[in-house]
Amino acid sequence: MRTVTYGQAISEALREEMRRDPAVFVLGEDMGVMGSVFGLTKGFLAEFGASRVIDTPISEAGFTAMAVGAALRGLRPVVEIMYVDFTPVCFDPIANQAAKMRYMTGGQAAVPLVLRAPGGAGRRNAGQHSQSLEALFTHIPGLKVIAPSTPADIKGLLKTAIRDDDPVVCIEHKLLYAAKGQIPDGEHLIPLGRADVKRPGRDVTLVAWSRQVGFALEAAGILAGEGIDAEVVDLRSLVPLDWDTLAASVRKTHRAVIVQEAVRRGGYGAELAAQIGEELFDSLDAPVKRIAGLNVVSPFSPALEDLTYPNPGTIAAGVRETLGRQP
Amino acid sequence: MEYERDFLRHLYRRMVTIRLFEEKVGELFLGGEIPGFVHLYVGEEAIAVGVCAALTDKDYITSTHRGHGHCIAKGAQIGPMMAEIFGKKPGYCKGKGGSMHIADFSVGMLGANGVVGGGYNLAVGAALAAQMRKSGEVAVCFFGDGASNRGTFHEGVNMAAAWKLPAIFVNENNQWASTTPYRTTNNIEDIADRAKGYGIPGVVVDGNDVFAVIEVAKAAVARAREGLGPTLIEAKTYRIKGHFVGDPEKYRTKEEVQKHFTANDPIKNFAQKVIGAGWLKQADLDAIHAEAAREIEQAVAAARQAPYPDDSELYADLYVEGVS
Ligand SMILES: Cc1ncc(C[n+]2csc(CCOP(=O)(O)OP(=O)(O)O)c2C)c(N)n1
Repeated sequence: MRTVTYGQAISEALREEMRRDPAVFVLGEDMGVMGSVFGLTKGFLAEFGASRVIDTPISEAGFTAMAVGAALRGLRPVVEIMYVDFTPVCFDPIANQAAKMRYMTGGQAAVPLVLRAPGGAGRRNAGQHSQSLEALFTHIPGLKVIAPSTPADIKGLLKTAIRDDDPVVCIEHKLLYAAKGQIPDGEHLIPLGRADVKRPGRDVTLVAWSRQVGFALEAAGILAGEGIDAEVVDLRSLVPLDWDTLAASVRKTHRAVIVQEAVRRGGYGAELAAQIGEELFDSLDAPVKRIAGLNVVSPFSPALEDLTYPNPGTIAAGVRETLGRQP
Repeated sequence: MEYERDFLRHLYRRMVTIRLFEEKVGELFLGGEIPGFVHLYVGEEAIAVGVCAALTDKDYITSTHRGHGHCIAKGAQIGPMMAEIFGKKPGYCKGKGGSMHIADFSVGMLGANGVVGGGYNLAVGAALAAQMRKSGEVAVCFFGDGASNRGTFHEGVNMAAAWKLPAIFVNENNQWASTTPYRTTNNIEDIADRAKGYGIPGVVVDGNDVFAVIEVAKAAVARAREGLGPTLIEAKTYRIKGHFVGDPEKYRTKEEVQKHFTANDPIKNFAQKVIGAGWLKQADLDAIHAEAAREIEQAVAAARQAPYPDDSELYADLYVEGVS
């Protein structure tokens, strides 16, 4: 085991896959000379050359569609969109082209493309640079979506995503890039569609992904001091979803609290809540609860931004409510 | 070309205000007083000020992530600008937008934009509204060399050209799109050459010469007001500061930057020309400089004192009714 940051884990995954398979290449703005704005592809240009580390113009719609075309011809592009907020400017190649090709062509086409995009609030980046948009992608059949929370998970899942023959959207969180964690030595692959129970517990199931997993674990720590034993299920992969792990946990604890940074309305948590309600109603001792971002544009002012998304305190409060406990 | 002395004073005041404002914002950001991130307009002052000098209060502009200069040039007040950059309640956007989203609709400044290339078609829409209402207004879209590669450029310029809308597209070719040099993502030297493909005039101008900018802008405005359609202006300049404050700038040398700044500082160019021609005296410029510096100090002091928005204002302005 080694300790690396989430950002380094992404670099390792990309580098290892590019070394393994000449069909893998990366493209996006400032990827080459700069090594990406978050420093994730530093040294790649020297090692792999400009044909596999492509510095694109600010033409997201164009280069994302170009990557889809290259994938149709058997290459394995890894596209970086600098902020997930900019994926709406290239939504056609993602939602109408990449997602639908295999199905619409009756299985003739494969689009082995990965689209990486950092999202998330907390950096005072205001309305157009702070969103969590995973639900846009989970809503589109044909796309796979991952949102890992630790260095080991992002490395293992990103490598698998690159080898996958379908388009995979990898949602990263800007405030996780510097987060450190243990990572196994040697080849490390994690299959898509496997959740990870990050903390076992008996009283309540906390379901989370991306940066909120850390917050859910912190909340579980607070609650442990109050005699509440929370289980934290890190979904890691949203589509495909590891329903079995999630359902087993809820059947055990009889309570589900879903934590998401994205705005509440229409978020992926709403889908989970509906599925739990439909399938596990008889196991539930309390209504399914969502702790989510507020239905508002991300405000610039620190005073307001901090109110808009969950933190360990609000998660713990939500769990107490679900359990009918006083703080 | 002769210019009125008051007009010259006005030009200098606006350019110097932008320069001092940006230097101050950079300093405050590094000092930890400003959250988020900021992009500075140092060295590009002559473009915004020159273009806006050819406009009236009734005309519109759309801006970019590097928008402070456009705001000041269009006549926005620096007090509410500074408060906005601090995330405070008296800011132009009540602290909800920050540096990248400052807008002052009262002076026709329709907003900075965090999405590169997001502004073209907003300006085209403002131009459409002007044409439909026969108001005589024009709409100017400022955009970077990097932004010129968004598909929205083509869509906007084409519509404006096809329908002869009173829109003006002002490219600020500062040679850099964050860390990417202009020529590595473009196969032509001059973005203005693209105008030919849309059947509109394309003009290259020295973006560090405010007088040259004013003249091409006046011609474009006259054309737009006459109903002859858009013009594409490419103002050549150079980005003096990092892409954002705190940019390590590994992609270029300090010497390269200094060379450009020493040789071609738009504010020095202005001073040399007006003093050389005997239009203004150094003392005039010094007085304007001091006045601008004072105004900025006051804006900073006021922004520091100002309250943050109250929790109760979180949902205000989300919809016309407020709360969702
Ligand atoms: C659609 C979109 N893509 C990428 C970005 C990230 N980004 C912000 S500014 C910038 C460079 C812009 O360069 P240019 O248009 O030349 O303007 P300059 O910064 O030089 O003023 C980039 C890539 C963005 N904000 N929006």
